[in-house]
Amino acid sequence: MHSLEFDIAHFLAGGMVVISLLLLYQHRLYALLKVFALHSLTLALAVGWQAYIQEAHHLYVTAGIALIFKAIVIPAALYRIVRRLGIHRTLDVVGGVGRDMLAGAALVALAILVMLPVTAGTDAVAREDLAFALAVVLLGLLLMVNRHNAVSLVIGFMSLENGLVLAAAGARGMPLAVEISVAFSVLIALIVIGIFLFRIRERFDSVDMQAMDAFRGERRR
Amino acid sequence: MPLPLLLSLSMILLAIGLYAILASRRASCSLQVYGVSLVICVILLGMALTHLLNAAAPVTLTLPLGLPWLGAHFRLDALSAFFLIVVNLGGAVASLFALGYGQHEPAPGRVLPFYPAFLAGMNLVLLADDAFTFLFAWEFMSLSSWALVMAHHREPANARAGYLYLVMACLGTLALLLAFGLLAGANGGYDFATIRTVEMTPGLAALALILVLMGTGSKAGLVPLHVWLPLAHPAAPSHVSALMSGVMTKVAVYGFIRIVFDLLGEPVAWWWGGLVLALGGITAVLGVLYALMQHDLKRLLAYHTVENIGIIFIGLGLALAFQSNQMYASAALALTAALFHVLNHSLFKSLLFMGTGAVLTATGERDMERLGGLIHPMPWTALAFLTGAAAISALPPLNGFVSEWLTFQAILLTPELPQWLLKFLAPAAGALLALSAALAAACFVKAFGITFLGRPRSPAAAKAQETDRYSLAALFTLAALCLLAGTLPGLVIDGLSPAVGLLNGGAQLPAQQHQPWLTLVPVADMKSTYNGLLVLLFMALSGILAAVLIHGFASNRVRRSPAWDCGFPDASPAAQYTAGSFAQPIRRVFGSVVFQAREQVTMPPPGDGRAARFEVKMRDPVWDYGYAPITQAVIALSKRFNNLQYLTIRRYLSLVFGALVLLLLGIVLWR
Repeated sequence: MHSLEFDIAHFLAGGMVVISLLLLYQHRLYALLKVFALHSLTLALAVGWQAYIQEAHHLYVTAGIALIFKAIVIPAALYRIVRRLGIHRTLDVVGGVGRDMLAGAALVALAILVMLPVTAGTDAVAREDLAFALAVVLLGLLLMVNRHNAVSLVIGFMSLENGLVLAAAGARGMPLAVEISVAFSVLIALIVIGIFLFRIRERFDSVDMQAMDAFRGERRR
Repeated sequence: MPLPLLLSLSMILLAIGLYAILASRRASCSLQVYGVSLVICVILLGMALTHLLNAAAPVTLTLPLGLPWLGAHFRLDALSAFFLIVVNLGGAVASLFALGYGQHEPAPGRVLPFYPAFLAGMNLVLLADDAFTFLFAWEFMSLSSWALVMAHHREPANARAGYLYLVMACLGTLALLLAFGLLAGANGGYDFATIRTVEMTPGLAALALILVLMGTGSKAGLVPLHVWLPLAHPAAPSHVSALMSGVMTKVAVYGFIRIVFDLLGEPVAWWWGGLVLALGGITAVLGVLYALMQHDLKRLLAYHTVENIGIIFIGLGLALAFQSNQMYASAALALTAALFHVLNHSLFKSLLFMGTGAVLTATGERDMERLGGLIHPMPWTALAFLTGAAAISALPPLNGFVSEWLTFQAILLTPELPQWLLKFLAPAAGALLALSAALAAACFVKAFGITFLGRPRSPAAAKAQETDRYSLAALFTLAALCLLAGTLPGLVIDGLSPAVGLLNGGAQLPAQQHQPWLTLVPVADMKSTYNGLLVLLFMALSGILAAVLIHGFASNRVRRSPAWDCGFPDASPAAQYTAGSFAQPIRRVFGSVVFQAREQVTMPPPGDGRAARFEVKMRDPVWDYGYAPITQAVIALSKRFNNLQYLTIRRYLSLVFGALVLLLLGIVLWR
């Protein structure tokens, strides 16, 4: 009953989850950016495949947006930012790899446990897609929670957004206008975050969140 | 097609508001804005009158605005036509008054843009025929009136009033939002035509009733949701106070009637009527007691609004009680009484607020203890104010008497109700109504007597001058309408009957205009009748006779003697009877229990040159037991959670993450 189409969709969506897990233990910023570009590339492929098997032509546009913006423009921009800030040698380590992997595996299990019973009525492709998408979202959040560096936070946010696009592509019927506006809002977010990074850097000589927390002075009453 | 015209007229009002933003610095702007508002209100009034008097069929209109799958629905039927009359009559007279009064406005830029917008908002509420449009217009009305309350925002009391008003308005709209959510049912049909067809379980319907009571009651001023009203209504300029008190509270009553009588359909349980009846009775008495304790003229009037809303809700409660027992003839009487009182209150409360506005312009004072003797410099204002005071005190032959008399007639029919609790509750509400009517009369003896009679208590009051012609024209228009509605009540009742029929399954009072001598016969000849014309005739004749007798038999020789030597040994105006002293007996009887009023006299010992002091301390039970605990709880909680404002970004993210994971785990485990 499982056709080749389903297998490929399953493979690509599962690939995104694996790459999300990969993101979790990339402690160097350049490595993190490269894995994120791979993440976005896989997303573009997954969405493109969905467009092909669903015969939904507007999804090709979504895939194109993912490919151009998320796999090329955003990583390149962040690459430049990292170089200009001179933080490419920074290590952003919080916990051990083992702990992160265990937490990530637990989140994937949770996502599957939540999604599979809820979507019992829909077709198999959408079910798998939604479960994987939720896993990607949760892993993105975990990445954001786990990191100190502002650039890592941005990557976490972007990979979370990739998960949302994956869910939208699998669920059929999200209008193109919404997709485009979401894509643009992410781009705007990147610009704003980029500007803020430089401003923060000017002020505090660092983009490490811990340094900023110490600077806020008013905390810990 | 009247509906597109009505809507476009409302839009013109909005446009005038926009124009006023640009032009408010020009001196002529005030005249232009109020002039155009007056013309538009008169046209709207005329259209609503023709619709109601012709008993025309409802007209509907759907515009592709608002929510995309819903559109904006509008409808004009007998009920909205009646309330359109109330709103636009009030709006027209307030605009006429403001043609003169608005000249004295210190900050026209803060009043002129919002005034026509406020009028437009109220009109739109009455025309709305789906939940979204209704709530939108409702909020528009609230916010524009809030802006008007904040017109003189530099006074700290006004800022506080505006804040409280905003909080209560939000609470009310939230309750209405939830109520519409319940009414629309699971399918989410938010236009009123769909809502009418939804069948609700008794529990959900009761919940919707309570939410609607909260939502519309907070706007109308039902105890205990009235706290904002006596602060906010007086804070606005007087013509706006007249609109808010006389008209906007009626829009809230409209909301209640529309939702409970029309959308919810037949009352499911008999206790609905009992609940509304009890709330109305408590509101009436507490409102008038608060009013008696007030010495600020505008605040006193605002508390009387609370009282009159109570009277209207007594009528509505009776109607619900009768309807739940299928006694439609009696329900028609109660509904007629309530709607009649809606009209009456809008007339005399607008009149009184505008009279106060005239006094305020002439003297700059709202505190009664600093007024007095104004009948000499301002005889016409005094006459109009006296008419309004007599009307609100329910004295025949004026209109207040008729509607309260009708309410009593409805109460006299309640022994036929089968439920014992209602049998006891209705006479109790009747007693409360009688008490509040008597106390209202006392209160207006105080308001008129202290303000207009006696001698001036301050230099400002001594130098007062009669108000301008526009204001007088507005005052006397309302006074004449009060007299007209009081002497020819049958015509008003006949005009009301399509609206009553709409709400009451077609049952309405018998037509009154064919009764001989325009007598009012609500139930049957045998039971009770009232003829306003006859009463007017009798009062006029006996008054003339008394005047003739006194002038004929008394000596008309001019005598000069020390004025009031036995009661007035001291020539100082401070020795006069004051508002505080007038209210003292009532304060001792009721206030010591309800308000925990405590009087304290401090006499300096002999030889001490200080003045003796008399202090009265009162507590507001509703605030102390209802609002203060809630405020304290909110503040305590906020203090506990204040630390949340100072977390690190990672902590915030972790909180979001943790909450999400917990919720997902909950879904997994709970299924």
